[in-house]
Amino acid sequence: MPAVQETVERVRRIDVDQYRYGFETQIESDKAPKGLSEDTVRFISAKKNEPAWMLEWRLEAYRRWLTMTEPTWARVDYPKIDYQDIYYYSAPKPKKTLSSIDEIDPEILKTYEKLGIPLREVAILEGVEPPPGGPPSPSRKIAVDAVFDSVSVATTFQKELKAAGVIFMPISEAIREHPELVQKYLGTVVPTSDNYFATLNSAVFSDGSFVYVPPGVRCPMELSTYFRINERNTGQFERTLIIADKGSYVSYLEGCTAPQRDENQLHAAVVELVTLDDAEIKYSTVQNWYPGNSEGKGGIYNFVTKRGDCRGKNSKISWTQVETGSAITWKYPSCILRGDNSSGEFYSIAISNGYQQVDSGTKMIHLGKNTSSRIISKGIAAGRSQNTYRGLVSAHRKATGARNYTACDSLLIGDKCGAHTVPYVEAKNSSATFEHEATTSKISEDVLFYCIQRGLSQEEAVGLVVNGFVKDVLQQLPMEFAVEAQKLISISLEGSVG
Amino acid sequence: MNVVAKTETGRALGDAFAVVRDRLPGKGKIADQRREAFEAYERLGLPHRRIEDWKYTDLRALMREVLPLAPAPDAAALNRAAAAVELRAIDGVRRLVLVDGAFAPDLSDLGNLDKGLSIRPLREVLDAGDAALSAQAFASDTSNPMIALNGAMATDGVVIDIANGTVLAQPLHIVHVASGATPTAMFTRSLLRLGRDTGVTLVESYLAGDGAKAYQTHDGLIVAIGDNARLDHVRLVEDSVDAFNISSATVSLGAHAHFNTFGLTSGGHVSRYQLTVTCAGEGSNVETNGVNLINGKQHADTTLFMDHAVPHCASREIFRAVVDDRAHSVFQGRIIVRPDAQKTDAKMMTRALLLSDDAEADNKPELEIFADDVTCGHGATTGALDESLLFYMRARGLPEKEAQALLIQAFVGEAIETIASDALREVAIATAQRWLQARA
Repeated sequence: MPAVQETVERVRRIDVDQYRYGFETQIESDKAPKGLSEDTVRFISAKKNEPAWMLEWRLEAYRRWLTMTEPTWARVDYPKIDYQDIYYYSAPKPKKTLSSIDEIDPEILKTYEKLGIPLREVAILEGVEPPPGGPPSPSRKIAVDAVFDSVSVATTFQKELKAAGVIFMPISEAIREHPELVQKYLGTVVPTSDNYFATLNSAVFSDGSFVYVPPGVRCPMELSTYFRINERNTGQFERTLIIADKGSYVSYLEGCTAPQRDENQLHAAVVELVTLDDAEIKYSTVQNWYPGNSEGKGGIYNFVTKRGDCRGKNSKISWTQVETGSAITWKYPSCILRGDNSSGEFYSIAISNGYQQVDSGTKMIHLGKNTSSRIISKGIAAGRSQNTYRGLVSAHRKATGARNYTACDSLLIGDKCGAHTVPYVEAKNSSATFEHEATTSKISEDVLFYCIQRGLSQEEAVGLVVNGFVKDVLQQLPMEFAVEAQKLISISLEGSVG
Repeated sequence: MNVVAKTETGRALGDAFAVVRDRLPGKGKIADQRREAFEAYERLGLPHRRIEDWKYTDLRALMREVLPLAPAPDAAALNRAAAAVELRAIDGVRRLVLVDGAFAPDLSDLGNLDKGLSIRPLREVLDAGDAALSAQAFASDTSNPMIALNGAMATDGVVIDIANGTVLAQPLHIVHVASGATPTAMFTRSLLRLGRDTGVTLVESYLAGDGAKAYQTHDGLIVAIGDNARLDHVRLVEDSVDAFNISSATVSLGAHAHFNTFGLTSGGHVSRYQLTVTCAGEGSNVETNGVNLINGKQHADTTLFMDHAVPHCASREIFRAVVDDRAHSVFQGRIIVRPDAQKTDAKMMTRALLLSDDAEADNKPELEIFADDVTCGHGATTGALDESLLFYMRARGLPEKEAQALLIQAFVGEAIETIASDALREVAIATAQRWLQARA
């Protein structure tokens, strides 16, 4: 039957081995000596021309890290990481000092082009056709900070942002140019002693984005950082710090990809968000690190600490994440609802396939009065993957009127995978109202039958059901990302049918 | 696992075990098993909050030490116990009384045993050396320190066997009483084995004799339900408000078996009930329900582990907690669906009602699913009484406490309703009523 051939073709096109961003860029790079020691920390700090206080901060974190042990409580299983077998710093070798985007190594520009990330402002303005195979060129303006291995290679639209008063630059530059802001906020949400991976990051982070939105400013465009791991044997440790001052608003997008390799690479990032009175940050992630091949070989270890602090009254932080990549994900974007009437949101789609392991979720810590939070988590497990939602909702004694709604649903595709839900619901205040619900099921055969009977193929039917399942979360993504995310979902679900 | 420095009390208990060892029933292999269990306990010590399962119930902080073993009850102790038992007597049941961790034949009802029913004190069974049975009684998991300790120290209990095809009309009632001479610890372990096509109702209650205060009850129950058998189980914890009750139950179900359990905790200063239910036979059905009614500085923890090991089983859990004053209620419920357990249908609902600003409720419902063709869900809510409902009733002339009582009754009613026996449901309702009246 012709349909059979068509099905085979379709499945092959979206195989897990068909990870689209798995290419490698041949480029000379400048690396720190392999391994981790105080010298590595000093090397990175020196490379970045950092002030003395920053080096001290790093060294303190490093010494702290030496006393800590790797956490084992997550439902993930991986061979012991040899922290001495990793390059902690790798940067594309600069040919000369850059004054404009055209002077960036064309190889890097090509890389981002292939990934569909527009680094040339002009190209967007003139509406040039998107590169074949890449996602469509965004219709709106997005300022992009592109991080290649350990360093930021380009930040677009800086002038325009400056006019609005928004600071958007690599954090290494911010440490030099805006030390007062960095010193005031860095490490106040995720302290250097927070956890094993965050502490490691504090010691060796090399770059990342820094955003400061001044009082009353609505950031004129979406800000975006695109992380790319390229070099072999390197770890990526980026650090992002976003501060929304009183009454401001910013929407920030983050994307990540890596080449296809047999080795496991470590990615341990820290993201800190701070909102002051009446401010709002919307943080969206499409995480598509290389997940490993269909035998579970290779892939990125994604051990990330993300936390937002609603410090001011009526402030709001919203996390949206689409997790499709990484061999192992260990990530709990959280909100500390400190300000009265502040609110936190967490929308997540975590898709695991092959041998991927996902242990992700959120923490909503209610401290202020009348704080509210909302958690919508959709986990889809296929292949031989394990997909865990782990979350905490807690109300402090003084958090009167705290309100939470949590819904986490899991969908299982195939009988070799696992889906788990581990929620902690802690109430120390009688006026707190918490609701939590979770379901796990497989795609109903009735529903599939209904679709197929109306002429859809099996794959289309599954795609339809899954897209319906994750719709609540996709709606929260900025439009450009939603398109991308929808595609990712179809890629990730390769071979899961039947 | 965290390395735990041995505490003073840990050492003291180790010495105590050496002393009481000879008093414990069972020789040879049983003695070896006890020693192993005690060593397992010693390795871990009293559980503390760094151990995930004990995160909310830190026995090192709450209990601090395991008290010395209670002496065998004398005549005065038995008299005090008898009075306490009478006070909470349930009509129409066959009563089996354990006083200070020792079976009390004079207070128990062993006459005219139905055909197919056998009841023996554990001490007697162990002394007689029934190898197969002893093995079953001590086969429990030693990775849980408190179950291991219970196994090491158990002095007595009841062993109940129900022969194939026997359906008992009369419920069995195991009563644990602390006579209250001195603050001591009692360790009991009971075994209930239901053959094929059997049916029985088991009630367990925990009481304090006059003057009994800060005693410790360490109880273990092991249940095996045969194919097509049905067990209805009601558990009432009415210990003294200074007492500790650390209990566990391990239940396994055969094919098409049915287990209905309901627990009500209103007494005890600190109580922890660890229930492990395994669906080992296809088509089995489990209903696990519970209510905590606590106030003052009480701490009540129900930890449930529902293990779906085979296909086509169903489980339902309904749990309600009413927490007043500075009390702390904990519910941890874990449903695991093993890779082969297709067509499992599991639902868990836990709700907590906080009546005071200092009360605390922690819920941790967990799902671990390894099979794809299943329907599993859980829900958890925490909140206060609905202001508008209270207002409605008060507007119609009900005093506030009475209006609250009505709402609380309705709240816990959903769980209490699941008790199959009318008479036992009435007993549970009466216990809840007493708690509400004491509040008013």
